[in-house]
Amino acid sequence: MPELKYPRIFQLGDSAVTVEFGDKISEATNLRALALAEQFEKRPFAGYIESVPAYSSTTVFYDPLEVRKANPNVRTAAQAVQAAVEGALPNLTVSDAISSEPTAIPVNFSAEYGLDLENLAIACTLKVNELISIFTERIYRVYMIGFLPGFAYMGEVDERIAAPRLATPRLRVPAGSVGIAGRQTGIYPLDSPGGWQIIGRTDIPMFRPGDREPCYLKAGDRVRFVPNA
Amino acid sequence: MDRSATRLINILVGNQENDAVIEMHFPAAQMVFENECIFALGGADFDPALDGTPIDNWKPIHAERGAELKFRRKISGNRCYLAVAGGFSVEAWLGSSSTNLAAKAGGYLGRSLEIGDRIALNSTGRSDRAANVRISPSLLPRYSQFPTLRITVGAEYDMLDPKSRETLLGERFVVTGDSDRMGFRMDGSPLSITAPLELLSTAVNYGTIQLLPSGQIVVLMADHQTTGGYPRLAHVIETDLPVLAQLGSGDGIAFELVEQAEAEGLREAFEREVSRFRTACIYGL
Repeated sequence: MPELKYPRIFQLGDSAVTVEFGDKISEATNLRALALAEQFEKRPFAGYIESVPAYSSTTVFYDPLEVRKANPNVRTAAQAVQAAVEGALPNLTVSDAISSEPTAIPVNFSAEYGLDLENLAIACTLKVNELISIFTERIYRVYMIGFLPGFAYMGEVDERIAAPRLATPRLRVPAGSVGIAGRQTGIYPLDSPGGWQIIGRTDIPMFRPGDREPCYLKAGDRVRFVPNA
Repeated sequence: MDRSATRLINILVGNQENDAVIEMHFPAAQMVFENECIFALGGADFDPALDGTPIDNWKPIHAERGAELKFRRKISGNRCYLAVAGGFSVEAWLGSSSTNLAAKAGGYLGRSLEIGDRIALNSTGRSDRAANVRISPSLLPRYSQFPTLRITVGAEYDMLDPKSRETLLGERFVVTGDSDRMGFRMDGSPLSITAPLELLSTAVNYGTIQLLPSGQIVVLMADHQTTGGYPRLAHVIETDLPVLAQLGSGDGIAFELVEQAEAEGLREAFEREVSRFRTACIYGL
């Protein structure tokens, strides 16, 4: 496959431009993605709608008609937004401030909730309690919110317990389930189909539709899992 | 799903373009207007009748108190929309009146409508709307069961092998039964790509065409997940999304590649026409 150069900027349809800063999970590229989103949130251009940061990318959604109105001499709104993005890249204010205390999330690791815990322990040639302590001794970073409302993608899971996705995804993973997929971990905010290996469950709602900020976690947060049973 | 239909019928009844509407599949609801009101239907044609008299889509219609709205058979399209003058009284959530069924939030109690539900309407204080407003046929999406949808290139388009590119632009893809408001899974000749089959997740958009590891494609729809990790082959242009939104299982799509400038030009032309139509409605022309 051809070598790709980063940052890579491309159209995501008629109303969005994506910037990819790399193709690996790393705190450094994630911080750049968050910084770009933050910059546009603080200083939006005419026609700007919102930014969606991910692991190593940010996507800027816009209203092409408003962008054209503000840039009548540019051939397309797409070009105008790509130029705005390119212009923002050299001046990113990357914050490296670590958010104070990690958020503690109590997890019940009993077999009733840790649907894949035992199989995973066998696959990793560990005892269940060893697997739990390897999982809970780390502090995880929230890299992005995606997939479902409030689903936080966190990393990185210790290599010894990095679990592949299930060959056949479950049709229903209960809300609150804590899963592992490769070196990522995450909590299902709602009942949903899913292929991550489930090791426990938390009672803390990850998505609260009635709140002003419905997502319990946000990109850049740090998280610690605490066994509660 | 069909954003043109919802905008146009809202304009027809004098609403804001993004006021709440009811989206219906067939068989659709049978409803009683407990108060006199003006309404309009658009999108799919489900052979609607008011108190037994056939009525047309895309026209403001006056319903007497107690009038009954029925949909008798599916003639074309898959999603019919109902707008009422003044709008439905539902609480906005995150700046939208839409229902998110997975999150059980938004719209009417965060769920699909059920038999026996009573939905309050905002009063308008005017009922002179059922004038002779006519929608120009050129404003209506070019609905078809076998449409050619225009696409622009996606980030991984260039990594399709040449034969797959020919397939994408030369063959038809059929909407499978495994399709919903999140995405339409298509069935066609499998495509292959030199890019990795799973990438780091990034944002995706309504109309994004992703390549699944099986070689089949999926087109993301209105309720798409916010991020995804499959190669992004192409994007259906916004002007053609309403046509896509009216498809159902068994319908077939052909794709035609266009430049970004053409996609934007079509959208601008449409918006100019919408704005003329809005003015005409306001002044009763």
